[in-house]
Amino acid sequence: MRFVLKTNYHRDVDLFRDKFQFCWFAVLLVFVLSLPMFTGTYVESQLTLVFLWSIAGAGLMILVGYTGLISLGHAAFLSVGAYTHAILLDLGVPPFVSIPSAMLLCSVLGVVVSIAALRMTGIYLAIATLAFAMIVEKVVKNWSSVTGGNAGFKVAPPEIFGWELNSTAYYYLCLLVLTLVMLGVSNLLRAPTGRAFIAVRDSEISAQATGINLVKTKALAFAVSAALAGLAGTLLAYQWHYLFPDSFSMITSIKLLMLVIIGGLGSMSGVIFGAIFMTLLPDGIATVREWLPDSIGNLPGLEPFSFGLILILFLIFEPRGISGRWQKIRLFFSQFPLYRNRTFRRQKSFLRTERVH
Amino acid sequence: MFEVSGLSKHFGGVAAVDDVSFSVNEGETFSIMGPNGAGKTTVLNLISRFYDVDEGTVQFGGQDITRVRPHDIARVGIARTFQNIELFERETVLQNLLIAQYIHRQTNIFFDVLFLPRVRRQEVASRKVLEDIIDLLHLQRYREQYIHALPFGVRKLVELARALCLKPKLLLLDEPSSGLNPEETEDLSFWIEDINKELGITILMVEHDMNLIGQVSDRVLVLASGRCIALGTPTEVKDHPDVIAAYLGT
Repeated sequence: MRFVLKTNYHRDVDLFRDKFQFCWFAVLLVFVLSLPMFTGTYVESQLTLVFLWSIAGAGLMILVGYTGLISLGHAAFLSVGAYTHAILLDLGVPPFVSIPSAMLLCSVLGVVVSIAALRMTGIYLAIATLAFAMIVEKVVKNWSSVTGGNAGFKVAPPEIFGWELNSTAYYYLCLLVLTLVMLGVSNLLRAPTGRAFIAVRDSEISAQATGINLVKTKALAFAVSAALAGLAGTLLAYQWHYLFPDSFSMITSIKLLMLVIIGGLGSMSGVIFGAIFMTLLPDGIATVREWLPDSIGNLPGLEPFSFGLILILFLIFEPRGISGRWQKIRLFFSQFPLYRNRTFRRQKSFLRTERVH
Repeated sequence: MFEVSGLSKHFGGVAAVDDVSFSVNEGETFSIMGPNGAGKTTVLNLISRFYDVDEGTVQFGGQDITRVRPHDIARVGIARTFQNIELFERETVLQNLLIAQYIHRQTNIFFDVLFLPRVRRQEVASRKVLEDIIDLLHLQRYREQYIHALPFGVRKLVELARALCLKPKLLLLDEPSSGLNPEETEDLSFWIEDINKELGITILMVEHDMNLIGQVSDRVLVLASGRCIALGTPTEVKDHPDVIAAYLGT
C-alpha cells in the first residue's frame, strides 16, 4: 500500500498525486507516442478516432459528469463544429482561424441552449437538447447551398504551413490536442470554476448560498462543453474527408452519452476508457457476428441492440462505469490480502443527504 | 445591525409568515422558536432570498437586502446552514470548504484552464484560510474523506464549517441540533458560543431544543402560525402565557 503524506499545500494542489502517478502517465505517453512505429494504418486510424471521441467525451463529461446537466444533443455541436470548419476551409481560411471560430460558434450555441437548461433538469432537459439537435440536423440537411445537403461536403486535407499531414502526423496532432484538452479540463476542475460546476451538480440550493451564480455557471458549463465538442467536430471532419448530415444523427448523441456513462460519470480517465470501449465495440460486434449462426448474425439490428444491452448492464452492475471498476481492481491489488468484499457495497439510505447517486 | 420589518409571505391562501418584525443587535445570538409549521424556516429562506418577499423589508448593515439576488447574499456577509444538510456529497470535506472561497476568487476561467501561478497561489492561500476553521471545529481527521462516508453529526459540523468559511458577519442556523444526540448537542452549544464570542459573528438561529436555546441565546422570538407572539430572554419567553398556549393548546 502507498500512502501520500502531504507536507505542504502545494502537494494538495498538484495535478499528479505523487511521483509514481506522474511516472505512470509518462510511461503511458511514451507508449502511445511509439505505437505508430509498430502498428498498421488501421490501428492508427482507430486510435485517432479514440482520441477524437475522447475530446468530444471530455466536453460532455464536464456537462453530465461534473455539472449534472444532461444533453442528448451533443452531436449537434459536433456537426456545427465540423461544418463550420469545413466551410471556412473551403473559403480559403487557414485552419488556425477556422478551428477557433468553429469552437466560438459552438460555445455561443451552447449558451443559447443553456437558457433552456435554467428551468429544466433531467428528462426535460434531455428532450430539449434532443430537439435542438434535430433542428440542427434538419438545417444541415436542407440548407444545401451552404452545406451540400445529403450530397455531402468535401473537407480539404489537413495542412500546416502548406505541408500536408499524412495519417501518422495526424495521429500525433490529435494526440497533442487531446493531451492539451485533458490538461486544461483537469486544471479547470481543480480551480474555482470547476468547483462551482461540481457545486451546482450536488446541490443547487447550497451552491447559491455560497455565492455561486447558477445562471452564469450553467451557461459557462454549456459553453465549455460545446466548444470541446466543436473542436472534436473540426478534427473529425479531417478524419472523415467527407461530411454528411447523417454522420451526426441522434445515434451519435446517444453514443456520446453512452461513452461518458460507460466510462464513469465524474471521472476524466473514464472519458478515455469510454472512448476506447466505444471505438472497439463495433469491431467486437463484427467479430461476434461471424461466430453466430447466420439467422442471428445477419440481423441488421444487432449493433444497436448490443449497445443498448451493454448500457443497461453497466447501469445495473457498475453505475460508476469502467473507471469505477478500475478503481476497485486497483484497491484490490493495493490491499491484496486484506481487501474486503463489501468495501463498495452500497448501503441502503433513507435521508436525502445520505443518498449517494 | 440586522432588521426585519413587516415581513410577509403567502403560499396561495396560507400566510406562512405574517407581518413579522424583529431586529438583531451586533454580536448577539438570536433564536427563533415555535411549533411545527410556525414559519421559522420560511423566515430564514426569506432572509437568504430563496423566496421572494411579498411585503416588508430586510435591512442588513444599513443596506436593504430585500431584493438582492440569492447568490449575492453570501457577498453581503450572510451565510447559512440547512435543516436537512445540503453538502456537496461526492466531494471531500476539504473541497466542500474550498467552495466557500469561491466568492473571494481573483481568477477567471481562462486563468483556471491554464492554471497560471496566480491560480496556484490562490489555491494555497485558500487552504490556509480554511485551516483556522478546520482547527476550530476539530475537522482535521475528516479532511480528505468523502461526505457520503461521514456520520450525520460530522456532516452537520462540515456544513457549519462551510458557512464559517464564507467569513460572514451574520450566520443563519436552521435547526442546528436536529438529528444530533444529547452529547453532540452539548458540543454544539460550546461551538456556537465560541463562534459568537471568539469570531464575533452574529447568530440568528431557528431551533426546537429549549435547552440549547437557553444555553446560548440572548433573546428569543416565538412564532406561531406565521405571527410573532413573544420576544424576550429565554426565561421570560418560557413563562409567557401565549407561548405556553401555542405549544400546549388552549
